[in-house]
Amino acid sequence: MTSTVRTYLTRLLPQLIALTIILAAISIIFPGFLNLQIQNGRLYGSLIDILNRGAPVVLLAIGMTVVIATKGIDLSVGAVMAICGAVSASLITSGHSLAETLLVTLAVGILCGIWNGILVAVLDIQPIIATLVLMVAGRGIAQLITEGAILTFNDPGLIYIGSGSFAGLPMPVIIWLVFGVLVALVVRQTALGMLVEAVGVNREASTLSGVFTPVLLVAAYVLSGLCAAIAGVIAAADIKGADANNAGLWLELDAILAVVVGGTSLLGGRFSIAASVLGAIIIQSINTGILLSGFPPEFNLIIKAAIIVFILVLQSPRFRAAFQFVSIPRAAGKPTEREAK
Amino acid sequence: MQTSSDNILSAVRIEKGFPGTKALDKVDFHLRRGEVHALLGENGAGKSTLIKCLTGAYRRDGGSILLDGAEVDPRDTFDAQRLGIGTVYQEVNLLPNLTVAENLFLGRQPRRFGMVDTRTMNRKARELLAEYELDLDVTRDLASYSVAIQQVVAIARAVDLSGKVLILDEPTASLDAHEVAMLFRIVRRLKARGLGIIFITHFLEQVYEISDRITVLRNGQLVGTRETSDLNRRDLIAMMIGRELAAEIHSAHAATAEGSLRYRFRNYGRRGRINPFDLDVRAGEVVGIAGLLGSGRTETAEVLFGAHRADSGTAEIDGHAVDLSSPRAAIRQKFGFCPEDRKTAGIVGDLSVRENIVLALQARRGWTRPISRAEQNRLADQYIRALDIRTADREKPIKLLSGGNQQKAILARWLATEPEFLILDEPTRGIDVGAHAEIVRLIESLREKGLSLIVISSEIEELVAYSTRVVVLRDRSHVAELGGDRITAHQIVEAIAATNEREAS
Repeated sequence: MTSTVRTYLTRLLPQLIALTIILAAISIIFPGFLNLQIQNGRLYGSLIDILNRGAPVVLLAIGMTVVIATKGIDLSVGAVMAICGAVSASLITSGHSLAETLLVTLAVGILCGIWNGILVAVLDIQPIIATLVLMVAGRGIAQLITEGAILTFNDPGLIYIGSGSFAGLPMPVIIWLVFGVLVALVVRQTALGMLVEAVGVNREASTLSGVFTPVLLVAAYVLSGLCAAIAGVIAAADIKGADANNAGLWLELDAILAVVVGGTSLLGGRFSIAASVLGAIIIQSINTGILLSGFPPEFNLIIKAAIIVFILVLQSPRFRAAFQFVSIPRAAGKPTEREAK
Repeated sequence: MQTSSDNILSAVRIEKGFPGTKALDKVDFHLRRGEVHALLGENGAGKSTLIKCLTGAYRRDGGSILLDGAEVDPRDTFDAQRLGIGTVYQEVNLLPNLTVAENLFLGRQPRRFGMVDTRTMNRKARELLAEYELDLDVTRDLASYSVAIQQVVAIARAVDLSGKVLILDEPTASLDAHEVAMLFRIVRRLKARGLGIIFITHFLEQVYEISDRITVLRNGQLVGTRETSDLNRRDLIAMMIGRELAAEIHSAHAATAEGSLRYRFRNYGRRGRINPFDLDVRAGEVVGIAGLLGSGRTETAEVLFGAHRADSGTAEIDGHAVDLSSPRAAIRQKFGFCPEDRKTAGIVGDLSVRENIVLALQARRGWTRPISRAEQNRLADQYIRALDIRTADREKPIKLLSGGNQQKAILARWLATEPEFLILDEPTRGIDVGAHAEIVRLIESLREKGLSLIVISSEIEELVAYSTRVVVLRDRSHVAELGGDRITAHQIVEAIAATNEREAS
């Protein structure tokens, strides 16, 4: 199936090009950027740092991709991160085991997803409004759980999730790699991916064709909630505490941006999880790069915006038509790799 | 190559190619002053391409365009409008959220002290529309009027802007008989004013009603231009599709249903949509549903398929009560449904022809049991071949196909599920003559295979051709049922028009 690999690469080409250019640019400004070294059996270096720091947005982007593919959007993921961070911190400090803590936290994330999903699929509320409810309320819920303070903990198990390492890689990287591959496999090896795309493109036609749309929609938001829960645990474990005010703040926007940079249309339909993950890594590279290159921090947001505009222009159909520098053959391939025009 | 002086518009040896195809091959087209000229051909024959070359939407590769004897070269549609060529498309391309007056004068609003002079604009708009016997509140949003009125507003704008040539691209596709009559009155009036009018449609009756001459294109080539009065219907169809098909359409009606009674609906209905009705359907039977727009035809289909849950009555299959409360439930009973509005309820536009064909089958199997890619390819290829779906390949997004081919793909979607009860709502609307005949033939072959079909159509001749029984609807009720010899266009029209007494079959 070499053609499959080729079409897959063609789909990811704009993201790969953008990432390469950004990494090259940073390494020119900041030599030594690409250096990797091993200390105590663990890889260190700026590249590893990007993968590690990017973990929450990568995880959010995985869930967000599927939600956006259904023509929805999930604004609540940042708040759900805060809730789940608070839940895990309060459970572990009140003496529950690590396994109990993690199970309950993930269940809370799933519950948040079910709430969003029911508002969207059953009550037929527009996704942007439906998830805005939890976006606003969620942080309040998190503050109630932490009682307004930063809830710190020192359970070594929970901390390991944020700063431990496995097989030479930081734990958060391992988690998003495994989770991302798992989701991509489930979505593409079953018919879920195609059904999600069908619902995203035309919900009515899909329903009339017998697709069980409400369940599919709820499932998408549940996945997003689950992703947010995992991201919330990582964020809390990283700082050894739950900060209801700042955990996951504005990350929903970074996640949406990652999906868009990954080339999935906000109008729903064709999606690629791998491309969204690359999108999240691109965003994190920009963040890290600006930090390293020593620009005054007040320029950071402007530079980030400029680079993102550049990437979006790069993948706009008009730009491509004008320059034809990437020709996308419409070959037989899995739906993932097909170009969303 | 003659360009006599009474031609207002002449297109000579127009050529246009797209990668891989020759969309127009040296096509000549002459439009006289004060005539309605029908431009006909199957989908893909080159009608739209020719129009787009005339209006500058496409750059032609070769040939020349003469307007009033002078060579013109419209760069874009605005340029064409300025020169005198106005176009009104099937989907009205005005702005529904602006007022009627604003739509008429968009981009050229009368101004006073630099501000839009709304009062003058409204007055001028009323004057303009008065010429079309239209007395509207021009300050209301365009969207608050029917498609027919919007169509007339679009025509008024185009004529006011251009004034020499008016191109009407399927203007009647979504109008009812009354509205078509109104539109035609206006067309005749414009014709009397000396405009040249190009009329594109799929409705052949309308061609005969309104046009003076007919030009037929096929596969990008000119087949010929004839006086409408000298060309009979059968010859016209032959020109359009290149083979004698008229006979085939009207052949099959001899058969009557001999199959066993399988489907029994009693007192079935939904409040506010369709009054309770009784319906029996046998195996190997086509039940045609006739009635005017709004008589409850589509509502009947939707309630049978569970798209809107029935709130009264019972459904039985082979004597067993069944649940048809949702499309999924109906599909489990081997039902299939091709909805009337192909774009919004039928196709999944961005997905490929292959994915559209396997969608219902995949949905029925559930997400955990994916149809393998090889099997999907096999199914798609099988139906692309069997139904002659014209597409470059099975991976082409279905939205890029013509209406007829989209319809065939939706039919393929259901055939892939091996249905036993198929509901087709206006399966031939808005598709070209060739695909039309193929779908009619498909309906017949499915009936012969023992399927039960419900077919809704506003083309009565068509219902007569393939129905073994016709149910007539009026005011959201099933009012009559015609069978055997009584299935004639005349009888159906009588039943639709009759006011009171309920006919029995």
